[in-house]
Amino acid sequence: MNKSIFLNNGRIIDPSQKIDFEGSLLISNGKIQSLIPKNAVPKPLPNDCLMIDCEGMVICPGFIDIHTHLREPGFEHKETILTGAQAAAKGGFTTICSMPNTNPCPDNAPVVRDIIRIGDRTKIRILPIASITTNRAGNSIVEMSDLAQAGVIGFSDDGDALKRPDLLREALSYSTITELPIITHCEDPELVTGKGINEGWVSSRLGLPSSPSIAEEMMVARDIEMARITGGKLHLAHISTEGSVRLIRDAKKRKINITAEATPHHILLSEDWIMGWGDNEKKDLTGPNIFSQVTKNTYDTNSKVSPPLRSKQDNKAVLKAINDGTIDAIATDHAPHSYFDKATTWEDASVGISGLETAIGLLTTASKNQLITLETIISSLTTGPVKILGPKWKELESLKEDTVADITIININKKWLVDSNTFLSKGKNTPLNGMELEGKIAYTIRNGEIVYEDK
Amino acid sequence: MHFMQKNLHHFDKVYREDSPVITPHLLDVDTFSQQDFELTFSIANRMKKIYTVGPKKSSLLKGITIATLFYEPSTRTRISFEAAGKMLSADVINLSVDNSSTRKGESFYDTMLTLQSNNIDLLVIRHNHSGAPYMAAKHLEKTLVINAGDGSHAHPTQALADMFTLAQHMKSLKDKKVLIVGDVAHSRVARSNLLALCTLGAKPIISGPPNLIPWDLFGKQYRVDSNPFNKVSIMPDLDQAIIDADVVMTLRLQSERHSKGLLPSLREYANLWQVTTDRLAKASTNVLLMHPGPMNIGVEISPEVAYSTNSVVQEQVSNSIAIRMAILLLMTNKGRDVNE
Repeated sequence: MNKSIFLNNGRIIDPSQKIDFEGSLLISNGKIQSLIPKNAVPKPLPNDCLMIDCEGMVICPGFIDIHTHLREPGFEHKETILTGAQAAAKGGFTTICSMPNTNPCPDNAPVVRDIIRIGDRTKIRILPIASITTNRAGNSIVEMSDLAQAGVIGFSDDGDALKRPDLLREALSYSTITELPIITHCEDPELVTGKGINEGWVSSRLGLPSSPSIAEEMMVARDIEMARITGGKLHLAHISTEGSVRLIRDAKKRKINITAEATPHHILLSEDWIMGWGDNEKKDLTGPNIFSQVTKNTYDTNSKVSPPLRSKQDNKAVLKAINDGTIDAIATDHAPHSYFDKATTWEDASVGISGLETAIGLLTTASKNQLITLETIISSLTTGPVKILGPKWKELESLKEDTVADITIININKKWLVDSNTFLSKGKNTPLNGMELEGKIAYTIRNGEIVYEDK
Repeated sequence: MHFMQKNLHHFDKVYREDSPVITPHLLDVDTFSQQDFELTFSIANRMKKIYTVGPKKSSLLKGITIATLFYEPSTRTRISFEAAGKMLSADVINLSVDNSSTRKGESFYDTMLTLQSNNIDLLVIRHNHSGAPYMAAKHLEKTLVINAGDGSHAHPTQALADMFTLAQHMKSLKDKKVLIVGDVAHSRVARSNLLALCTLGAKPIISGPPNLIPWDLFGKQYRVDSNPFNKVSIMPDLDQAIIDADVVMTLRLQSERHSKGLLPSLREYANLWQVTTDRLAKASTNVLLMHPGPMNIGVEISPEVAYSTNSVVQEQVSNSIAIRMAILLLMTNKGRDVNE
């Protein structure tokens, strides 16, 4: 391994320091040594320095995924911590936060320590999230202090909403001793007739039981008010509707202690994708024509995700909320599944999209279409997540000199076709297969070591 | 596909170029043009003679294997397909979920592969999950799929039989007022019929409890020509909706709607949405009364109406056999043999 790496002549963007200039960056001994603007007088490079030509590339702090499903322990046929970490590195993430819907569930310190131990053997940083309730069953809260000491960065019963409002209240109140966030999946099960598809034209056309926007918004409203009266730190996972955005915007005006995230697919893909694309049609961000015939490409179970892909109007509202800072972070909600979990009827298929390896490509493609700026993409994947993680992780968000060299380099103009067979994740489940994206991760560097290189 | 691509005669070519409909699979009627409907009806008319006049047997489908796979109980549809296949000398194998490996935990995907390996030519499938026949079509390379009803999505052969029945009573459906009454939101029969009616130029109207109307299909932003449902109008009040109707189709009220608490009572439902003699009197003089069966007499339809001279319910049943015979012939490319 080279002790020094010189990232030569790229566009350096670091939203935490409001930096956006052409220049170079020197890494030494795992730390960021110096940032050198293009016209500055060059200093001699250290011996044994690896030079990477970053012409046409963007150099930014390593990305943090606040919401990842790694499936280990318990569902290793879908993903392991190792394959998830490899997929993350390929997707430009140097830190990922693993969700607790595994078996056994990380509701106690030993399981968490085991995840951390396995995570430490991978090349990226894995920060586990514990459940809020024992075995995510929604009956009693976990040993939050013990889990915090073991190294979790938050608590979540993700996948299922916390049904009992009294438990949410206790959890938000009790968790203040840890200063860690309670992360909630907002979807009132009583209002959901079927997971994974929005209630709307498409669900009605296809005769599928569905999950209405109101199921999310009811829970968002409840959780916000509960955060208000408890003073707990609330993080709202994968926000997907216009109504939720309105509630969050209002809550932030009222200075309630909440943060929120949205996924690339909830910003850019609509429920129309479930209608499927024609065999020879080129996939793009405008989505398929919903009024065409129902075909065998319809009922695309790779578009089945929870919360569901919503209407185009919702997409726009959530995107706007990211652009104006109402929503703090972009998270992948990477949810890998095996082929057989998806090769069945819509109602029997598992929910989730394998997102780590397409997130950045999808977002940079959107930036080419003027939907989002590069700076917003980067801040939503660096400063945004750190706001949720807390000040302890502050150094992860920036390219400040003498901080850890976690760096992502994007080849911003590179066009490529999504081919799930080339995914490092075990989950090949993506609706984007065959789509051309613009912008690809070129290098991922963690602790000054190249952990992924696009060859 | 294997047996279909051989011997492309004149008829097949014309037919295929005009409309890639019934081939390769029959999944819904949204692929049908008006000509496709007419072609199917003309073959069904000849088929009707086979089983009404006799000798109830033709050898057109000799050597063809048809499997029926039903994940949901059904007597009428299954028997109708079986009768249709047998009258045409096909070999018909009946599989049901009860006696298949599904009970042993076999996945849907594996079941499809098993059928594939058994050289089934045509698979008639009914499933309680919407879209299951599409999934079957996706995974089966050599077997053609016929949707015999999937979840709340589609029931194309029922819609074809219903349109065929109407075609025997009226020259054209153009501008005919066709009223569908009941739980349209959860009805596959209604969805396929609405698609067929729109294609054939009728003016469909939906009536029923407001919470069981699929409003999403008719939202303002969807009022465009390309929306296949754009000619449908909604009038929850049956007494208004039925005025001058040329056809009234009543839907079966699934008892679980009531048991889940979505409707206050069967009594109130009957008060508001039962098709009665009084209500039918407001429709056009020769109104045709339809029901896909089985009927809940006294709930969605009164006994007087069910057995009145306006009722074509029994015709729907016998026509469905003729239609299914026609579909089997068209899908195996034997339609031409009948027409010549």
